[in-house]
Amino acid sequence: MSIGLHNSAFKNPVIRWVDSRLPIFSMMQNEYGSFPTPKNFNYFWNFGALAMINLMIMIATGIFLAMHYTPHVTMAFDSVERIMRDVNYGWLFRYVHANGASMFFIVVYIHIWRGMYYGSYKAPRELLWMIGVVIFLLMMATAFMGYVLPWGQMSFWGATVITNLFSAFPVVGDSIVTLLWGGFSVDNPTLNRFFSLHYLLPFVIFGVVFLHVAALHITGSNNPLGIDPKGPQDTVPFHPYYTAKDSVGMVVYFIVFASLVFFAPNLLGDPANYIPANPLVTPTHIVPEWYFLPYYAILRAVPDKLGGVLLMFGSILVWFILPWLDTSPVRSMRFRPIAKWFLLLWGIAFGTLMYCGGKPPEGIYVVLSRVATLYYFAWFLVILPVLGRLERPLPLPESIAKPVLRGGGPLPAGAMTKPMEKA
Amino acid sequence: MFRSALRALALLGAMAAGPAVAPALAQDHAHEAEELPHTHFHFAGLFGTVDRSAAQRGFQVYKEVCSACHSMRLLSYRNLLELGLSDAEVRAIAATVTVNDGPNDEGQMFERPGRLSDHFRSPFANDQAARAALNGALPPDLSVITKAREEGPQYVHALLTGYSDPPPGMTMGGGMNYNRYFPGNQIAMTPPLREEGQVEYADGTKATVEQMAFDVVNFLQWAAEPEMEARKRMGVKWVLFLVILGGLAYATKRKIWANVPH
Repeated sequence: MSIGLHNSAFKNPVIRWVDSRLPIFSMMQNEYGSFPTPKNFNYFWNFGALAMINLMIMIATGIFLAMHYTPHVTMAFDSVERIMRDVNYGWLFRYVHANGASMFFIVVYIHIWRGMYYGSYKAPRELLWMIGVVIFLLMMATAFMGYVLPWGQMSFWGATVITNLFSAFPVVGDSIVTLLWGGFSVDNPTLNRFFSLHYLLPFVIFGVVFLHVAALHITGSNNPLGIDPKGPQDTVPFHPYYTAKDSVGMVVYFIVFASLVFFAPNLLGDPANYIPANPLVTPTHIVPEWYFLPYYAILRAVPDKLGGVLLMFGSILVWFILPWLDTSPVRSMRFRPIAKWFLLLWGIAFGTLMYCGGKPPEGIYVVLSRVATLYYFAWFLVILPVLGRLERPLPLPESIAKPVLRGGGPLPAGAMTKPMEKA
Repeated sequence: MFRSALRALALLGAMAAGPAVAPALAQDHAHEAEELPHTHFHFAGLFGTVDRSAAQRGFQVYKEVCSACHSMRLLSYRNLLELGLSDAEVRAIAATVTVNDGPNDEGQMFERPGRLSDHFRSPFANDQAARAALNGALPPDLSVITKAREEGPQYVHALLTGYSDPPPGMTMGGGMNYNRYFPGNQIAMTPPLREEGQVEYADGTKATVEQMAFDVVNFLQWAAEPEMEARKRMGVKWVLFLVILGGLAYATKRKIWANVPH
């Protein structure tokens, strides 16, 4: 090998020629082929790959939909229906894209929950986690703007409500709203810029996903035990072991996806979005898509508009500092006997908020929303920081390869700061 | 001690959330209008298909009754071919309407009989014309009506058969009609299906109000989801394929992992 060329291990002369000059084959081999991966993943670890697949499906179907869609207030609704009726397999592309958004959020919520339960956000994976939160915020923006495009009643009124939130900010609020609208109400300029951004953001997401994966391949994956691999006996090469395991999860994911698309394509949508947008008629209940309901419930739980908006944004922004709020040195909830139940309760609070967000803001739903909101934030800001110092974790296994405990392994430093009697 | 106290607190929280949700659900139902009666339609279910004779009769009901006020602007006459009507029949149906076309070579607009490619003709030129003619009410377009209402087919069927005299003590707005299933119970639409034999079915089916409502729902459901049969057929193939693929993928995974102690 001459100087300046990459020393490729590939035998095929063509691949070797390319790889010596641009080692993409070596990179793929290192990152997805021989990449040492903890051998004890459960099926929760499928969801990162599934999210990646979902993103590609959304981009692929979206490109074809954009070929037939017309971003104009007088034609948008009809152009979507034309896709459903007259474009070859247009109904398939549209239903895959619309339900794909729901599937994306299902997959990503499970992925986030996995990270929370097994402490994947803790050192050294803080930045990996934070990049993930950025992806989630971008996803939310993209999904919101995509929902506006069919220009049905919920598109229009959802856009009106959500963009109006920014008017709560003092001084700059109204200017921000005017900028978002491109005028003084949700109208054609709003639809045009949302279409443009809806096409742009997925590629931004793709870029940030690349950073997410790059960061992952520096720190390596977490695993259900939350302890670091100690050597080759704790890991397997990514291929064929996890390509095979991810394939199983992928097929199950496709079965759920296909069931929605082919047998209940409108199950998760709002019927009101099949009514063309009408600025003069407000729907009885304006509700966002199901995946935004928890934040919508938080927004409405607060009597003050600015307070509600801040709390709503705060409910996701607080994820950014999660790695530093959790003071426990133990990653996996398997070894945190108390925190485990509080996290489960947080999951219930999240579910309660999702339920309340879809109900009218009155009576019991407001009370429930407030209690759940309070707990949502208490978990992050009070329980996690305090519990990490008080809780006595269960003994950690010595290594992934030797998970069976004999009288308990070494406790991590910090877990011993406040010894307690064994309950 | 601290630990068991925390656990008790967590359990308490979980229990408090449980029963609190139950009355909330009950209260929600009290707010809704009367519960919809359940009618079985041939298109329902995983393998449900379009009942073509019912849908064809339903088109006749739409043509002779509903289309006096309600447009279906997203449909074209050619779509009726998919409903099992013959080419000649559909051309004849299209030719009964007059369509404004143009401009021609002299720059003039002209009128011509409808063609297969024309959209269903709307009864009114615009919304304002409809309101002016109908006491201020705007009849919704019916192209996707069964997708645009909760439990669409059941709702439309119930609405069409839900007219009656208002209960004693209820004051009705001017020109409004009482309907059990309409939100607020006051609807501007006069009972569209009033009496037996309002339309005369060619296939000899007795045109009761119930039958006409049933038929027109079959038609509207087909109109809203013309892709339904193709979609469900493709879905069955996909799911069968995926189940088999899943079995193979799982077997492969088991074999690959067989020699890894984990």
